[in-house]
Amino acid sequence: MSKQVAGAASLPSRSVGSGKAEMGDGTGVSSTTAPAKKKLSVLIVDDDLMIRTIHTILVSRVGGEVESQVAENGKVAVDLFRSGKSFDVVLMDWEMPVMNGIEATKELRNMGVSSMIVGVTSHSMDTEKDTFMAAGLDDCYEKPLSIKILKDILQKMKIDA
Amino acid sequence: MDVAQLKRQLFEYTTLLFHEGFLDEQFTQLQQLQDENNPDFVVEVVSLFFDDSERLLNELAKALDQQNTDFKKVDAHVHQLKGSSSSIGAQRVQRVCITFRNYCQDKNVEGCLKCLQQVKHEYSLVKNKLETLFTLEKQILAAGGSAPM
Repeated sequence: MSKQVAGAASLPSRSVGSGKAEMGDGTGVSSTTAPAKKKLSVLIVDDDLMIRTIHTILVSRVGGEVESQVAENGKVAVDLFRSGKSFDVVLMDWEMPVMNGIEATKELRNMGVSSMIVGVTSHSMDTEKDTFMAAGLDDCYEKPLSIKILKDILQKMKIDA
Repeated sequence: MDVAQLKRQLFEYTTLLFHEGFLDEQFTQLQQLQDENNPDFVVEVVSLFFDDSERLLNELAKALDQQNTDFKKVDAHVHQLKGSSSSIGAQRVQRVCITFRNYCQDKNVEGCLKCLQQVKHEYSLVKNKLETLFTLEKQILAAGGSAPM
């Protein structure tokens, strides 16, 4: 199974802006040389409005240029990518109606989506996490996320980039 | 009552809620996320918790009232309730959910019914406490004080 996408233009690059993309310090970027700084985009996939609300605020409070969008199930998330949207990070719930997080993650990987997909679940057992990870996640955390964990996730993404 | 007195009362009340285990640090985290851009964030999230919980408690009562209990369904509802309660830091509700799920796994109807009563009880307690907390906050604002975040 290859994650390579066949020449599609939709391959979302993991590289965030250029150079300066530090989270946390909102100090201005020298505007002369840096090309327009790309906002880091996060897709929050969860059927629970409460979690979507909490995670949206979390993302907005993480510091730096981050924007988020929500999807209420896996199908909506997959359709967003199909329509040409791309996100740097996907926060993916497991249990959702219509299409759950495992199905959606597999589908996204099959489509060649290389965004960082992070599972966010209330299943806490390691074996359960392994099942979710096997679908193609980059990482998996218990919900709700904390600001610290979210910062770690975004930090890790930059190192991978 | 003046603002200082109200603030003191709020502080003591909040401390007690943490001390008695009604709330845990997750609630503190939510409070920290509230700022001038989202001044009603905590109330909003807690209202969603009330909606979720009441829906799930009704579903649970219905599911456990059936002749042949669908334990998988019951467990799924309890799992959701556990998730919601942990999201706002309603620790005591969350704890009962853990016991509740064990009874589901053992297919123990009696145990499940007992837990349903317990979880309803804990839910109404924490709901009541949170509403008192919000009322105090409103009184502080009305008295000209700032939000205690």
